[in-house]
Amino acid sequence: MPQSNTQKLDHKGLEEMARQIRRDIIKMLLISESGHSGGPLGVADIFSSMYFNVLRHDPKNHNWPERDYFFLSAGHLAPVWYATLARAGYFPIQELTTLRKINTRLQGHPAPAYTHGLPGVEIASGSLGQGMSIAVGCAIGLRLDKKPNRVYVLHGDGELDEGQIWEGMMTASHYGLDNLIAIVDRNFCQIDNRTDKVMQLEPLSDKWRSFGWNVLECDGHKIPDFLDAIGKAKEHMGKPSVVIAKTFMGRGVSFMEDDYRWHGVPPNLEQAKKALSELNPTEFGDFIEFDWEKELVTAK
Amino acid sequence: MSLIQSKGEKATRQGFSDALMELGKENPDVVVLGGDVSGSVKVDAFAKAYPDRFFSVGVAEADMMGIAAGLALVGKIPIASAYGEFAAGRPFDQIRQSIAYSEMPVKICASHSGITVGPDGATHQSLEDMALMRVLPHMTVISPCDYLETKRAVKASLGITKGPVYMRYFRDNTPMFTDESTPFEIGKANTLAEGKDATVIAAGLQVWEAVQAAEELLKEKISVRVLNMHTIKPLDKQAILKAAKETGAIVTAEDHQIHCGLGSAVAEYLAQSMPTPQEFVAVNDTFGESGNGKDLMKKYGIDKDAIISAVKRVLKRKK
Repeated sequence: MPQSNTQKLDHKGLEEMARQIRRDIIKMLLISESGHSGGPLGVADIFSSMYFNVLRHDPKNHNWPERDYFFLSAGHLAPVWYATLARAGYFPIQELTTLRKINTRLQGHPAPAYTHGLPGVEIASGSLGQGMSIAVGCAIGLRLDKKPNRVYVLHGDGELDEGQIWEGMMTASHYGLDNLIAIVDRNFCQIDNRTDKVMQLEPLSDKWRSFGWNVLECDGHKIPDFLDAIGKAKEHMGKPSVVIAKTFMGRGVSFMEDDYRWHGVPPNLEQAKKALSELNPTEFGDFIEFDWEKELVTAK
Repeated sequence: MSLIQSKGEKATRQGFSDALMELGKENPDVVVLGGDVSGSVKVDAFAKAYPDRFFSVGVAEADMMGIAAGLALVGKIPIASAYGEFAAGRPFDQIRQSIAYSEMPVKICASHSGITVGPDGATHQSLEDMALMRVLPHMTVISPCDYLETKRAVKASLGITKGPVYMRYFRDNTPMFTDESTPFEIGKANTLAEGKDATVIAAGLQVWEAVQAAEELLKEKISVRVLNMHTIKPLDKQAILKAAKETGAIVTAEDHQIHCGLGSAVAEYLAQSMPTPQEFVAVNDTFGESGNGKDLMKKYGIDKDAIISAVKRVLKRKK
């Protein structure tokens, strides 16, 4: 089986990368003055783990036929995906300054590669709840061709309110798609409030189980724990697997953590400064240095 | 003079079914998705012949469209089948984002379109599907006129490898009047009858109604050109402009709401290029009801007689 064409990082490296991705997210959002803070910060550990350890992929050849497929169903998490893709080498890291701006490839919600040309994005997402079905179709197609590629789809927990996901869950188990692994970002927060206030999801694991899935739970901020769950999911035969990863929205930034009000807003200058002071610089280096005194004049 | 003869009747959905059987044999990448109405939409024969390439997804059209997109992504040629209303109306957002915006080469094949679905009533009569699909960028919209044209259209749609195709056809047995020698090319209207006084631009079942109307009008010395506009998008602008220039009066005819279907597409184009008197034969901003297809076509004003009246009206407006 062909291996990933990227170098894998060890646990410590993945943690460093996750922190760097969080720094990138803060800077991207500060420049764009628009976008989601909470969710992207919350899944930085998962994205670091996926792109620097789990996925078989080749950033320099994004249509590599042997690649694993990754779908971001919760399209508003785009900033963490873009930062990760850039860090993995899919496109120049300086392009992160263009998030949500006119003529950018980094659309507010992920745009299809065909239309906007961003390598690494397989299909559009943003209107919630559509990724599961796409992943199911992809998994069925790969199985028809007897290919070993795996399919991953990441859902937000609030997104699970969408009925289409449950349609897709039924189809996945009906066809016993063990080449499909779903990941749920279980942060208990959505736009209006905490998830149990907006729409009760519990008992969530039981629901997935009753839909015929192999269910694994883990701490989405403990990288070894997450990798262990993914490893077990890969080994499980005959059923699709879901990794329900418990996370905190806004992880890494004290004043954002576990606060649903940070779902859809970017930090202002003072907040960004404070956030970056809590996220230590890493060996990977920032993609841009701000002139704080001039208040980002150069960056904008 | 007899313009065109019909050679018996057969359902357009059977044309879809027969095309699938040929495609199943010719192309191993063709995959068909069914939503618990396999017998009605006529994918059952394919399912039986190619069980490994037929996937039942349950009564879940939103899921079906996403699955089709995922299959297209890995190089399959997915054919999603459902009734018109549930192929275009219910999963509109899934088609918009996962298929049209993402330019996935999915074939959405909608049987039971239009008011002629009949006895099932308004819930099942998709009179808005062409509007919904036509408005989507990257989408091709086809409405073939008889059994054979449907079969040929389904097969020809495989030639569109970038972006999706929406194809609508019908439940009832209807006259067969095209043959293998009839020109058919996606995006190119076919002139079924020449005429100089007015042009009827029709799609789907209204093409045959238009042919019959032209024949009757000829007895009154009114010479009508009949254009089979089987492709609603992209529109054959050249044929429309030529008809406007040469006949100076247009009637459009379709089994669809009067708004945003074929008539609107023609009017939008002519308003910009050559404003021409136009009358619309279509369901007039109302929902349908139960009844048989022929009775409904008459009651809702989309049959031969409605086309004849429309031609006479438009001639009065012609300068």
